Amino acid sequence: MSAKPEINADNMVTIEVNGVPMQAAKGSMIIHATDAANVYIPRFCYHKKLPIAANCRMCLVEVEGVPKPLPACATPVMDGMKVLTSSDFAKQAQKGVMEFLLINHPLDCPICDQGGECELQDIAMGYGRSVSRFAEKKRVVKDKNIGPLIETEMTRCIHCTRCIRTIELVGGDKELGGMGRGTNTLIGTYIERSVDSEMSGNVIDVCPVGALTAKPSRFAARAWEMRSTAGIAGHDCIGSNINTHTRNKEIVRVVPNENEKINEVWISDRDRYAYEGLNSESRLTSPMIKVGGEWQKTDWNTALEEVVEGLRGNKANIAGLMSPNVTTEEAFLMQKLLRDMGATSIDYRVGQQDFSDDNGVPIAQGLGSSIEALESLDAALLIGSNIRHDQPIASHRLRKAVGNGAKVMLLNSIDYDINYPIAEKIVTHPNELASELAAIVKAMLETTQQSAPAGLDALIGSVTVTDSHKAIAANLNAAANTSVIIGTQAMALTDLSTLRMLAGLLAKLADSNFGYLPRGANSVGARLAGALPFAGVGGKEVTMGKNALSMFDSAASAYMLMNVEPERDCINPAQAMRALNDANFVVCLTPFSSDAMREYANVMLPMAPYSETSGTFVNAAGTWQRFSANCAPLGETRPAWKILRVLGNLLDLNGYEYLSSEEVRAEVERDSASMSKDNQLNWQCPAKLSNSDALVRIGDLSIYSTDNVVRRAAALQQTVHAATETVAMNAATANKLNVTEATRVVVGQGDDEVSGELKLDERIPDNCVMVSSATDLSSGLGAPNQTVTVTKD
Amino acid sequence: MINSMKSVFKSLFLTELLKGMSVTGRYYFRKKFTLFYPEEKTPQSGRFRGLHAQRRYPNGEERCIACKLCEAVCPALAITIESEQREDGSRRTTRYDIDLFKCIYCGFCEEACPVDAIVETRELEYHFENRGENIMTKEKLLRHGELCENQIAKDRAEDAAYR
Repeated sequence: MSAKPEINADNMVTIEVNGVPMQAAKGSMIIHATDAANVYIPRFCYHKKLPIAANCRMCLVEVEGVPKPLPACATPVMDGMKVLTSSDFAKQAQKGVMEFLLINHPLDCPICDQGGECELQDIAMGYGRSVSRFAEKKRVVKDKNIGPLIETEMTRCIHCTRCIRTIELVGGDKELGGMGRGTNTLIGTYIERSVDSEMSGNVIDVCPVGALTAKPSRFAARAWEMRSTAGIAGHDCIGSNINTHTRNKEIVRVVPNENEKINEVWISDRDRYAYEGLNSESRLTSPMIKVGGEWQKTDWNTALEEVVEGLRGNKANIAGLMSPNVTTEEAFLMQKLLRDMGATSIDYRVGQQDFSDDNGVPIAQGLGSSIEALESLDAALLIGSNIRHDQPIASHRLRKAVGNGAKVMLLNSIDYDINYPIAEKIVTHPNELASELAAIVKAMLETTQQSAPAGLDALIGSVTVTDSHKAIAANLNAAANTSVIIGTQAMALTDLSTLRMLAGLLAKLADSNFGYLPRGANSVGARLAGALPFAGVGGKEVTMGKNALSMFDSAASAYMLMNVEPERDCINPAQAMRALNDANFVVCLTPFSSDAMREYANVMLPMAPYSETSGTFVNAAGTWQRFSANCAPLGETRPAWKILRVLGNLLDLNGYEYLSSEEVRAEVERDSASMSKDNQLNWQCPAKLSNSDALVRIGDLSIYSTDNVVRRAAALQQTVHAATETVAMNAATANKLNVTEATRVVVGQGDDEVSGELKLDERIPDNCVMVSSATDLSSGLGAPNQTVTVTKD
Repeated sequence: MINSMKSVFKSLFLTELLKGMSVTGRYYFRKKFTLFYPEEKTPQSGRFRGLHAQRRYPNGEERCIACKLCEAVCPALAITIESEQREDGSRRTTRYDIDLFKCIYCGFCEEACPVDAIVETRELEYHFENRGENIMTKEKLLRHGELCENQIAKDRAEDAAYR
C-alpha cells in the first residue's frame, strides 16, 4: 500500500536536490529520494510504512519552475526536477505551516508523556517562532476513552491521520477515523467504544505528538530518564525485536525495534504491554523453602543444598518440565542436568496431549520459511490456528499477502475473527478436523491424479469430499508459492499425530511448504536444545522418557519445573496438580510464585524472566536471536542458567564450568549445527480417523493467557480479548443440553468438575463447549478436546 | 652606597612601623563594618538563593506538575522525583527530594520550572542535627513554601520585569 515502488535500474530518473544530482525510482516521491540521501525534510503525516496522506503540509519544498511550494511526500519525481529543501522560499512555507500547527496545540509539554521525544517539539525548535501571534482562544477537545491500553489527549492532536492509517493497515479494522472538517476535525471512534485491535499499541509509536500515549505507563517517566536496551519479545514464536525502556531497574515501557525481516516497525500489544507482568507483586524475590508446611525465606546456599538433597534422595525417578518460553540456554542446561542425573522424563511441550508420533517426528518444528516470506505466499492453509491472536505479526504478514491476492484458508474448531478475507473456511468439531483434512487430501489426490501412499486409500475411502475441500485443494494446487501451516491451537488436539501426517502429505502433494507456528517464544530452541523425552541436544539419541503428559500419569518422586505454572500451562492441569501434590520433592525455578505452587512445591528458586537474563530465543523461522538483560535481576533473583550451572557443580557433575550464557549457547549451536531443518515427516499411515461427535470441551488458548508474564499484565487483562471464566457454547448445543435457561452450568470431566457462567457463542461448532485454557476454570479440569458432560448448576 | 644609607635611615627612625600604624589609626576612627549578627543582618537581594521551597496556588493546590525539568537540569543531581497520576487524572509527584548536601544553590531548578513551583527563598539559617535531615522532602518543601509565601510572591513580582 505504501507508494514506494521497487528500485529497478531501468526505471530511474535523475533529480537534483539542493544542487546535488541523485537517482530516484520513477513514480517515487521526492521525500523517498531525499530520505535515501539523508537530506532532511520535516514531516508529520508521512511515515515510511503508511500510505501517503499529504495532509500536514509540513514537508513543503521548492521545485524550480513551479510557482507554489509542493509537498515532498506527494510529489512524484520527474527527470531533471530541481528540488530545493531549505531555500528561503521553502523555509518560509515550512515555517508558515508550523505556525498554523502550533495555533491550537496546547503548551502542556511539561506534563505530556511525549515531551522530550516529540516530533512536534523537535520540529518546532527548528521551524517555529519563539512567540505565538495567536491571541484567540485555543481549541479544546474532549478526551476519548478508547480502552485500557491507549491514553488519549485529543487537544494535542494535529490531525496527521497516521493513527487512522495505522489502525487500518496494521490493526486490520477501520476502528479510528476523522470526523468533521477543518478546525473541527476530531479523531476518534465515532461511537464511544474501545480500539480492540491486537496491534493497537502501534498508534502510540506513530503519533508525532502526545495525543496517543501508553496508558499503563502514563506519567511514569520522562523520555530522558529511561535507558533503552534492545531485546526480543518472549511471548510468541515470531521473536519481534523490541526496545525495553527501564527507569530505576524497572521496565516502564516497550517499543518496537525495527527489523524488516521479522516485525518491520510494529509489535503486537502482547509484546508491548506484557512487561507489566514482570513488575507484578507476585514476583518471587528470594529463594524460599518449605519447612514443616511453612514457607521460609532463605539464602541461596541453603536453598540449593535443599535442592541437591531433594534431587539426590529421589534420584531414581525425576521428571523435568519447562515452558516453551525458556531460553535455549536454560532448556539445554536443564535437560543436561537431569540427564546427567539419570533422568529421562524431560519435556517442554506443555500444551500437547498426543505424543504417539514421538518416534518418527522430526526435531525441527518451525515455520519452514522466513517470517518475511509469509508476505509473498499465494495460498496458505492454516490448521488449528487463531493466527491473529496467536502470532499477530505473522497474521499481519499474511494480511499483506491477501492484499496482493493470496488465498488464506482455515481449518479450525472455532470460527475465529480474522481481519482479512478468508478464501475457504471449515469450522468443525475438534474430533472431525482430521477427517476434514483427509477430505482435502482426497480432493488433492483427485485434482492432481497422484498415487496415494501406502494405506491412505483405506483410511480416506469413506470421507466425503465437498466443494469446500475441492476449493482448498484447487487453491493450494494452482498457486506457485503455498504453505500448509499447523497453528498453535492444533497442538492441543487429541489426534495431532494424524493431523500432522495428513498435513505433511497434503503439503507434499501440493508441492507446498509445510510448517508450524508453535506455542511459546522458544519451542524451536527448546527442541534444538534437547528438551524432549525422545531426543537430546541436536536430536542426539537418548533413552525414551515420559512426556509432558505422561510424567503426571503417576507421580514421579521428584519434579523440577522451570518457568512453568502447571495449574495453568499444563494440558491436563487437574492431573498435573494431583501428581505434583503426591510427589516427594518439587523444585520450581520460577519468576513468580502462585498459590498452587505454594501448595505443591518444596523449594522455590527465583529465576530471572527474559528481561533480566541473557539468552537466545530461536523463532519459528529458525533465527537465533540473542539478547542481554534489560535490567538487573529483582531482589535475590538469578538467571536460570547460573542456577542450573551451580546446581551442576553442587551435584558433583562434570561439564558445568560455563562462565557466560554465550558459552552455553556456543555448545548448543555446535551440537545442533548438523541438524536438519526440514519439518517433513516420513509417511506412516495413521491408524484411523476419529469421528465421534461426542460433547467435547474446546480449550482455546486465548491471546492474553499464553504465559505466566502475560497472565499478570494488568492492562492486557482488562481488554476485551482477555480470557473469560465462562463456559461458552452455541445456542443449538445449549438447547440440546437443556441448559438454555441456566445462567451457570457445571462442566464435568471424569472425576473433575467446575461450575461457570454460561455464555452463548455462535463461533463454536455444535456439540462443543469452550472453557478457555489457562484460566481458573480450566485449571480444575482435565485435557481439552476430550469428552465432557454439561449440566445445570 | 646610597641604598645602604636609605636602609639605615629607615631602621633608625622606624618609618615602616609608623606607616603601618597610620593604617591602623585611619581604620580606628572610620565608620565600622562589623555587624552584631544575628541581631543585625546585611540587606539581601530579592534574588537571594537560599533554602528551597515549593509553592502552592492561592486555592491551595500545589503547583508542581512533576515535569522533572528541575531534576534534569540540576548539575549536582540533588533532586529525585517520582511521579504518578493522581485520582483526578492530573500529573503529580509522589516523591520530591532535594539533597541539601549535594545542592550547590545554583538556582537552575527555579529557572527551569515552568510553573514557578520550586523556588529558592531568602532563608539561609538552617542546620541539621541528625542523618537524613539534609533531605528536603516534598512535605518540608511545601511547609516552607507556606511559611514564606508572602516574601516569595513579593520577590517574584519585583523581579518579574527582568525575567
